Amino acid sequence: MSTEYNGYVTEETIEGTEDGPLAGKTVAIKDNISTEGVPTTCGSAMLEGYVPPYDATVVSRVKEAGGTIPGKTNMDEFGMGTTNETSAFGSVENPAAEGHVPGGSSGGSAAVVAAGDADMALGSDTGGSVRCPAAFCGVVGIKPTYGLVSRYGLVAYANSLEQIGPLAPTVEEAAELLEVIAGPDEHDGTTRDATDHGTDYDFAAAADGDVDGLSIGVPTELVEGADEEVVETFWDAIDELEAQGASYHEVELPSVEHAVEAYYVIAMSEASSNLARFDGVRYGPSPDYEGNWNEEFAKVREEGFGPEVKRRVLLGTYALSAGYQDKYYKKAQDARAWVKQDFDEALSEADVLASPTMPVPPFELGESLDDPLKMYLADANTTPVNLANLPAISVPAGETSDGLPVGLQLVGPAFGEKTIIRAGSALA
Amino acid sequence: MAQAQERELAVVIGLEVHVQLETATKIFCGCSTEGSEEPNTRTCPVCLGLPGALPVLNEGAVEAAVKVGKAINADVPERTRFHRKNYYYPDLPKNFQITQYDAPICQDGELEFTVESQRRTVGIERAHLEEDPGSLQHKGGSIDTAEYTLVDYNRAGTPLLEIVTEPDFRAADEVRAFLAKLEEVLEYLGVFDPERDGSLRIDANLSVVEAGEVGDDGHIDDDILESANRTEVKNISSHKGAEKALAYEAQRQKNAIQRGRAVEQETRHWDESRGITVSMRSKEEEKDYRYFREADLPPLEVADWKERIDIPELPDARRERFREEYDLSDEAADKLTSTKQVADFFEDVASEFDANLAATWVADNLLGELNYRDMAITDVDHRLDEIKRLVELVATDEITAKNARETVLRDMLDDGTDPDTIAEEEGLGKTDEGAVQQAVEDAIEENPDAVEDYHAGEGGAINFLVGQVMQKTGGSADPGDVNQLLREELE
Ligand SMILES: [Zn+2]
Repeated sequence: MSTEYNGYVTEETIEGTEDGPLAGKTVAIKDNISTEGVPTTCGSAMLEGYVPPYDATVVSRVKEAGGTIPGKTNMDEFGMGTTNETSAFGSVENPAAEGHVPGGSSGGSAAVVAAGDADMALGSDTGGSVRCPAAFCGVVGIKPTYGLVSRYGLVAYANSLEQIGPLAPTVEEAAELLEVIAGPDEHDGTTRDATDHGTDYDFAAAADGDVDGLSIGVPTELVEGADEEVVETFWDAIDELEAQGASYHEVELPSVEHAVEAYYVIAMSEASSNLARFDGVRYGPSPDYEGNWNEEFAKVREEGFGPEVKRRVLLGTYALSAGYQDKYYKKAQDARAWVKQDFDEALSEADVLASPTMPVPPFELGESLDDPLKMYLADANTTPVNLANLPAISVPAGETSDGLPVGLQLVGPAFGEKTIIRAGSALA
Repeated sequence: MAQAQERELAVVIGLEVHVQLETATKIFCGCSTEGSEEPNTRTCPVCLGLPGALPVLNEGAVEAAVKVGKAINADVPERTRFHRKNYYYPDLPKNFQITQYDAPICQDGELEFTVESQRRTVGIERAHLEEDPGSLQHKGGSIDTAEYTLVDYNRAGTPLLEIVTEPDFRAADEVRAFLAKLEEVLEYLGVFDPERDGSLRIDANLSVVEAGEVGDDGHIDDDILESANRTEVKNISSHKGAEKALAYEAQRQKNAIQRGRAVEQETRHWDESRGITVSMRSKEEEKDYRYFREADLPPLEVADWKERIDIPELPDARRERFREEYDLSDEAADKLTSTKQVADFFEDVASEFDANLAATWVADNLLGELNYRDMAITDVDHRLDEIKRLVELVATDEITAKNARETVLRDMLDDGTDPDTIAEEEGLGKTDEGAVQQAVEDAIEENPDAVEDYHAGEGGAINFLVGQVMQKTGGSADPGDVNQLLREELE
């Protein structure tokens, strides 16, 4: 029984333990998160037929918590896309907005939650890949602080930027799932213990909707360039929070004008290295090419990767090359440090920062495919958060006059998950 | 052919030595570094580079590297970190190698060694940690002609320390002496197993410059070094091999220059069986490894590791101590510290018996007999207790030193029998005093002429009588004692 909107790549039930906090709940898993014995394709022909021999840490934790996995969700190839249209297994239609994309790259995860085909889902967020589809599909999505959730088993796109995060219809349910997957993991040296950072893991309890006294900073740079109807919906949501006792003021994030460029340089550079292992020796199409190993693996990669992946691998290789690394990769790292600093300053004067999650409402299917730049620019509000390693949540803020979902993004300080969960729960 | 004016040329060599560090598990996963040699059995998602797997640093490998750092007097940074070296090769599971780039675990060290009785010091620019790739088995031919190639990832992820020297070597024999000393130090530190296949792999950079460019202190200007074309010689796996390969390569380059030909900057492969270096690629492209930070491994604070980690006494210090503490000659002290096991065994024996006896037995008798059989102490390490027992038999006068050395030790090494059994079977137990006394009396009675000669003052007579007694006791009596007894009896 496959979904008519193409939300799953593989529908295969993986049972969890009998009881636990997720007992009776279905948790769909993005198809770049390894599941033992169940194919994990990353939305790529390169990994068609690849069956991991091990579970990602988050998958083990979902199973131990009693969750049932109904299948692996469709996604942009290797997470590289904002619309889910780069998947080798076809695009996903947005269940909340007919004829439109669900957002990407965790489009399938957001779609199955929006359609009610799964209670919750896991996605991964490298530059907005959880928050964008959450916003486009009208559900909740959380991108945790870098290091809160283990990446062991997550097929890397850009490993210094990405985190696995939950998607669910409500903030409280997303927080429940985050509670299950968060915490240190001996298989991921970059995980950190939240209790060493002045907080704990009681995320669901924080979803109490209490925003009385909450101070919201609104970075003008992240609102100015957005679509008019998106901006209107955003301010309506801020008004609602204000009505519940929050206050807001404008803040500056001057560095964010460089964030998208910096993000793409870093993400593509890391991707060029992370995806190097797909050389045809152990994965990918194995046609009987003539020629030596170099020629053969070049052909495997030509055939196995889609155009967006090739574009990013080529640009990333270029950005890391001798003579260009200083000009691109090193500069992007400098910009990253600057973005972090700006966020720290802005968050020293506010509990959370609020902006539209996406500057635009969902694209129509096919609209942005031939214009990668248009797709990249749509990530303007989400990518800075990954550069700064901070936690962020996208909650439904309302709809445009055409009934297209609009998301509100709340960004918190490092390990400030409870703050953004509390604030977001006042809206959803 | 008229010989053109011979130019005085000097050789400049620098090394990159890859040492497999002896740790129980691999550098980024929990797989064993030793055990089953069945291909692809000591592997896991991490060392196979499976999608989604992440490296986690084995701090034991870092500790081993810090020990080396201490031994070579290198600087250990405040924090050390890892980079990715990107290149495509089928033995490399991820098509990048995790290595160190701008913050190696050791920097600016040196190693002192002896070559031709001269002390030499070679600078060590850096030593960095990295993961070993897997290994390739070419089937049905060589790398170029094989029908197909199999990949074995058992080796993938074994911790490697790449030790990069300054271009301080001026001759191939210096390289050999340096490598022997390096191995000795690594063994002393307990971070290296020379028996393991591929545990030491050497790449060498060699160039030839005008001898006049070398200063009295051996210094050569950087721009001279830069302008000289050099070759990188790969596939060297032992210190003996290094000496041969580099002597060959030095001569090859000198010959080219003497004939007015330029040396090509290239990578050459040492062909051990043919004893020559061969060009690996005609068109060597400048490699761009696109190094960048490995974000999966957070930087490691190692500022106090050098202080925190103890290393055992090193060969030079131990040699000096042996000379003083046991009053040994330079030669004996050298021999007794040649490997840590030899030195440990000597000290064990010396703690129970006379140090001079221990030195003679370990340095001369044992090492001499082992050397004669082309064996090392490692070949008898399970029998050191038996060898100690043999020393005990000598120390307690149960058998003579001569019999112990010439019969028992040799039989032990050749037949694998224990010393007590050999002494008994050969009847080598020292004869009791009564029997010796009887033999002395018999010899005097049976040889009146010799007795007469003795009393007449002929020096040779006593030796004849000693020989007679020794014959009667089957060589088991002590000749000195016999001499003494005869004199007493004849007075
Ligand atoms: Zn392993």
